[in-house]
Amino acid sequence: MIYNYIGSFSIIISLLLSIFIFLKIFLELKNLSQFSNINLKQLIFFQFFFVLVGFISLLVLFINSEFGNITVFNNSHTTKPMFYKISGLWGNHEGSLLLWMLILTSINLVYFLTSNSRSINERLVTLIFQQIIIFGFLIFLIFTSNPFSEVFPIPKEGLGLNPILQDPILAIHPPVLYIGYVSTSIIFSSSLSSIILGNVNSSWAGHIKKWIIGTWIFLTGGILLGSIWAYYELGWGGFWFWDPVENISLMPWISLTALLHCILVLNKRSALGSWSIILSITTFTLSICGTFLVRSGILNSVHTFANDPERGLYILLFLFFIIFMSLIIYFFYEEKLNFSNKSFGLITKESHILINNWFLMYFLSVILIGTVYPIFLEVIANQKISVGPPFFNKLIIPFLIPFLIFMSIGPNLAWIKSKKFEKKFILFLFLIINLILSYLILNLIGKTQLTSILLLAASFYLFFISFKDLLKKGHKNPSQVISHFGFSLLILSIILNALFSKEIITNLKVGEQVQFKNNKIIFKRIDVSSETNYEKITGLFIIKNQKNISEQFLPEIRIYNQPQVITSEAFIKTSIFKDRFLVINPIKDKTYFNVRYQEKPLMIWIWISTILIIIGGSINFLKNEK
Amino acid sequence: MRNKIFIIFGFILFIFCFIVFYKGLQKPNVYSPELNQKKSISSFVSLDFYSNEKVLSDDIFKKGNYYLVNIWSSWCVPCRTEHPFLTRLKNSKINLVGINYKDNINNAKAFLNELGNPYSKILSDKDGVISIELGAYGVPETFLINKEKVIIKKIIGPINNESYKEILNLIK
Repeated sequence: MIYNYIGSFSIIISLLLSIFIFLKIFLELKNLSQFSNINLKQLIFFQFFFVLVGFISLLVLFINSEFGNITVFNNSHTTKPMFYKISGLWGNHEGSLLLWMLILTSINLVYFLTSNSRSINERLVTLIFQQIIIFGFLIFLIFTSNPFSEVFPIPKEGLGLNPILQDPILAIHPPVLYIGYVSTSIIFSSSLSSIILGNVNSSWAGHIKKWIIGTWIFLTGGILLGSIWAYYELGWGGFWFWDPVENISLMPWISLTALLHCILVLNKRSALGSWSIILSITTFTLSICGTFLVRSGILNSVHTFANDPERGLYILLFLFFIIFMSLIIYFFYEEKLNFSNKSFGLITKESHILINNWFLMYFLSVILIGTVYPIFLEVIANQKISVGPPFFNKLIIPFLIPFLIFMSIGPNLAWIKSKKFEKKFILFLFLIINLILSYLILNLIGKTQLTSILLLAASFYLFFISFKDLLKKGHKNPSQVISHFGFSLLILSIILNALFSKEIITNLKVGEQVQFKNNKIIFKRIDVSSETNYEKITGLFIIKNQKNISEQFLPEIRIYNQPQVITSEAFIKTSIFKDRFLVINPIKDKTYFNVRYQEKPLMIWIWISTILIIIGGSINFLKNEK
Repeated sequence: MRNKIFIIFGFILFIFCFIVFYKGLQKPNVYSPELNQKKSISSFVSLDFYSNEKVLSDDIFKKGNYYLVNIWSSWCVPCRTEHPFLTRLKNSKINLVGINYKDNINNAKAFLNELGNPYSKILSDKDGVISIELGAYGVPETFLINKEKVIIKKIIGPINNESYKEILNLIK
């Protein structure tokens, strides 16, 4: 029980430190000379240290299964494997918020230690904004979601962790994603500080670029992990469902991607300064907005931990305070930024980056509207709707076509500018070849709508052009080439996957079989066995193809005892060309099973290409400039 | 001047969003799953299996008659086992409506030629949307609709002797 007290106190100490640091900076800013030596390192370190102590105390409580702690009681159980006892810490609202704080204070420390090259003013103002954020979240943690509340009398057993969260990928998904989310705060604070001090310039861009890329890598990785998890654990047979929470993680990603490109322009050409600031503010705001929408329970989803209006109200106030503060600062200082309104020519890399930025903003607003519209409609018209894939597909796909084409041409502008006719001709020829190629492919399956042809052609175009760039020797910018190639591969795999996926859904009982294309799916038998914390029903399916080669599929249904939940584990056979996916669900009296069999081409390439995108980013991150 | 209007407008929008989110928080958001039984059959548009023309569900389902909506497919093995029951039901005072689920039209026709066509009307459901709308889990599945156009019975999996008798009882 002692850890409960240690935890509570250390969190409160770091809250006090937050106030102290804030005041100290404020006083020092008044009589600041460039050479004054600021003594904040210890304070910032201790703030981090005390949150770490709090985190470790909670960890010990989880490991020892001390159910006197409310968080442990609600989310753990003695029969759970050790790995999930630990990951149970962030599988709930309170614990994950503590993890959030740990990351927030640690990146704050990292920022302070790595920003020596910047002016003292800039660092201090950045730290002021960081402390506002840390303070806000610590208050939230302590007063509305304290992980160290006690339960009395001490229960003998805990309630257990939601079984769908008991998964190795999901254990690391939150920390990775949080690092991404939380690091956006540094970009936000630093950009506010630089706009106040009027040094939105190339050198600032060079400094913050590392943070942007680093954040972007973690955000991409976090989304990838979540998507892989959804693919095999939820058993819906896809990797992206336009679920509100997925959208919420995608929105900061899009805005960060736009920022990533803008900051390069700011760094190299000293342009797009105020646009970069707006994007920095947007990215962070969207991250908190995500926290609000997910944690308040205003949206229903797998990520909703608890429906507590009080928490929701607090984050809502905090979110609006942050937006309001940053807007005021922006409008107040924006005029002081003096950017000569340089106009770049139409055929320059900069203009192409800007055009693609606007496309990204369009995608962002579609997703934002699709996500919050149901909330607005429910409040205003008292109607319940859910916005699903058709909405997003309809609004996004037509604009994806020009987006992809601009993205293919952008890095190759030297070719268009060049006087040589043949180079232009090659670009054009590529386009024609791709149009024909996609027509032929779509003709195979009889889906020759104009949009599909154009979309497929555009993605092939990007794919071949970035592949050509990849093969070219002596890259000036390997990270861009790899990331763009990865992205083209991703889009191509997603499109081909959507076009060529096949599925069958049927109800079968043991001994029955069903014909699917050239395959015969035979439901042989079920086996029931017992694991440490769940009962397992394994279905044995044989799938025979036309050459009479049979393969076994063993999908599972798990009945967890604590809490009592039934989950389906899909059985997936992965190959380079396609995934074969079989999942079963029990129906009422358990004699019949709902069987869903899918063939999903190129699934693995969706994961590989995202990893390529991350590798591209990492190369840039690790590269030592100058 | 324009800048001021912009700021005021932004501010109003800002307050509006806040109020909406605040109200949204107060609303309970536990969605109860829709009850598929005892619910009147929803209206939908689909294609006729043979003529491929548009058919409105309201033209098919009329008050005063019992209907049995059966979701089937030629690739579905259990559909074969329930077929004799459907054929027997054909001769009772119930209208059989078939929904051909995600099927190849030629295979489906061959299926009917081999086993006989018990349905008075067949609709094609190529992409499975109508079945989803009806609240089906998969194939085969059967819905019994009473004289008031309300779904009174739902059979998941093939019709067997028991459910056959139950249907006959319900339409007495």
